[in-house]
Amino acid sequence: MHPAFQGLLTIAIGVGACIGYFYFSNIILDKVIFPARGPHAGRNINRANLVRPWLFLLPGLLALGLYLAYPVVETLRLSLTDRDLGGAYVGLENYRKMSNDPKFWEAMRNNAFWLLVVPAMSTGFGLLVAQLTDRIRWGSIAKSLIFMPMAISFVGAAVIWKLVYDARPLGTEQIGILNAIYLGLGGAEPINWLTLPFWNNFFLMVVLIWIQTGFAMVILSAALRGVPEETIEAAIVDGANPFQIFFRIKVPQIMGTIVVVWTTITITVLKIFDIVFAMTNGQWETQVLANYMYDQLFRARDWGVGSAAAMVIMLLVTPILVWNVYNARKEMK
Amino acid sequence: MDNIAGKKPALIWATHLSVALLVFLWLFPTVGLFVSSFRTADQISGSGWWKALFPQVQNTMIRTAAPETQQQIDGKYVIAGNLFAEEGDKPGTISVWGTSSRAIDAYKAGETADLGEDGLLTVEENGDYRLVGETQYSGSRGERVFLTARTPPSFTLENYRTVLFSGKATDKMGKAFINTFTVTIPATVIPILIAAFAAYALAWMDFRGRAFLIAVIVGLLVVPLQLALIPLLSFHGAVVEWFVDLMGTPDPANARRFLTVGSLGQMLGFAPGDTINSKGYLGVWAAHTGFGLPLAIYLLRNYMVGLPKDIIENARVDGATDFQIFTKIILPLSFPALASFAIFQFLWTWNDLLVALVFLIDSSGETTVMTRQIVELLGTRGGNWEILATAAFVSISVPLAVFFFMQKYLVRGLLAGSVK
Repeated sequence: MHPAFQGLLTIAIGVGACIGYFYFSNIILDKVIFPARGPHAGRNINRANLVRPWLFLLPGLLALGLYLAYPVVETLRLSLTDRDLGGAYVGLENYRKMSNDPKFWEAMRNNAFWLLVVPAMSTGFGLLVAQLTDRIRWGSIAKSLIFMPMAISFVGAAVIWKLVYDARPLGTEQIGILNAIYLGLGGAEPINWLTLPFWNNFFLMVVLIWIQTGFAMVILSAALRGVPEETIEAAIVDGANPFQIFFRIKVPQIMGTIVVVWTTITITVLKIFDIVFAMTNGQWETQVLANYMYDQLFRARDWGVGSAAAMVIMLLVTPILVWNVYNARKEMK
Repeated sequence: MDNIAGKKPALIWATHLSVALLVFLWLFPTVGLFVSSFRTADQISGSGWWKALFPQVQNTMIRTAAPETQQQIDGKYVIAGNLFAEEGDKPGTISVWGTSSRAIDAYKAGETADLGEDGLLTVEENGDYRLVGETQYSGSRGERVFLTARTPPSFTLENYRTVLFSGKATDKMGKAFINTFTVTIPATVIPILIAAFAAYALAWMDFRGRAFLIAVIVGLLVVPLQLALIPLLSFHGAVVEWFVDLMGTPDPANARRFLTVGSLGQMLGFAPGDTINSKGYLGVWAAHTGFGLPLAIYLLRNYMVGLPKDIIENARVDGATDFQIFTKIILPLSFPALASFAIFQFLWTWNDLLVALVFLIDSSGETTVMTRQIVELLGTRGGNWEILATAAFVSISVPLAVFFFMQKYLVRGLLAGSVK
């Protein structure tokens, strides 16, 4: 069977099963289990309405539980066991093994730099573009073009930037723009930017900043539009200059949104995998946590240490998770 | 009246210029890939892509026509033609030329070279040449001419033909393109329905634990899917083993291979000796569905909560059941939110590498997707820029098209989806 046909069949079966499930489960509930007639009609209606929400929720909750909640617990368990010993409990042995691995600490160091640089730069550029394009006529076109990299896959972006960073031996034409500029400015010889220890991390970060700036811009642009006109007018009357208006009036009022953008990009950074995998695969001291984990799981085949690395990522995400849940609950009250 | 700054011309110019600069910076890398995908391998390694848009000065070697085309005119033997036409090249402008690789700039355009017993060769600026000799020319190949010519920009569609239709084992892009579609479409459609029902319950039905469930979903929004890889891979394996056990008896050596097949299994087309792979489309669809659900439920619930209460209550008073309210009122009204999520999920599944690597692509490589193919090309043929650029551009063209046509929904979804 051709996979494309199999795909269509799956859509049909999946959608059909969904609709069938919701339709028939409601009918069975209303007509068979708690029929709205007879001596207990009123009580039955109430009972049916108690059960119905769970009918609607069941498929979603099952999928969420199986594909997201259960893995968190299972990964925690795996990180405390050893696959070679038949899954025996080994306590914190995997974590100890991991903390003795210099590659792990390299990944932690690099992730720390990513966390410092990428959210700050993306949010900063996003805010800058949002403010600059706010009042000019071709602003929406400009925004749309800067937003465009959001649609490009990390892998596609990796290819795009590899061409930018390309290095050819001295004496031949440079086809990477960065080296062409560098030599044009009087550089002695072409530099292999991606194998330059320590600094190559920043060349990888540029790719993610390039992608995430559009995201920050879209959200911050909407927030800037929401700043009440009166506050700005008042500032103008008081003689504030454009920079004061921006930094003292607008930015404080959209601080909440800036924090949201910052944390959202932070989460993307913590999970960053594709860019490093495609461009350097963690060589030349560019390892990051997610790629380290992938290496442990599928190259070293060490599920214990791999799971331990995954738990480290989870641990780093947790503060943001708690903060988000706290805010969502506050908002609902 | 926003700012008086708006009336200072210097500041306006600074604004326009800096926006133009930023747009240029953001666009430049992508344009590079786009232009490169229309150039031949020689062109790409010969000069930076930014020079491809302008006429280029290139040194090439072209042979005159073979001796068999010679004509006898006034007792002399003549071979004539146009050098650019000989090789099927685009016409260019010749500045200098030569007949030896050691002196490629010996003659100016229009001058005549004395080739000794081979006669006299004249090459004009536009590439026309005339070789005149006293004796008959022999041999099978023409005279070599080294040109320094300025050629106009030239582009080719050859790379796209190679990448999409060549069918060579190394260029499996055409197949990967279809596979990627096979992954994305069900992975986009299925979560929408499941999420829509759950979102309706969370938005408009009253029950105990609703606030708690919403909080859980907000929490799951940020759980890294990296955690799910190994547990779910084992789970998919267990499902396969259970299925084999159900449909027949498993091979003792391999729990995923049939030793015998029951009648139900035979009806489904299985035969003894068949092995079921735990990696495959079903697994990747299920995984994408699970990973996409928190965002789907969150987005849709936020949207549905904002729908007018009156409509729903009126419908209830008129005796509509929840199922009818959902299908007849809520679903049609929620179209913008459904579209937003569909675009997100489509972009995310199309661009995904990790989930496909873990749950889909097996050692046979038959089910490879485009992102994976590109990584492969990056690794094995890092120098083949024409193939790499074209493959990458094919892969990003679909999301880009979706992006430009549906930007409105994408922006709306982003604004609703970021946790406030």
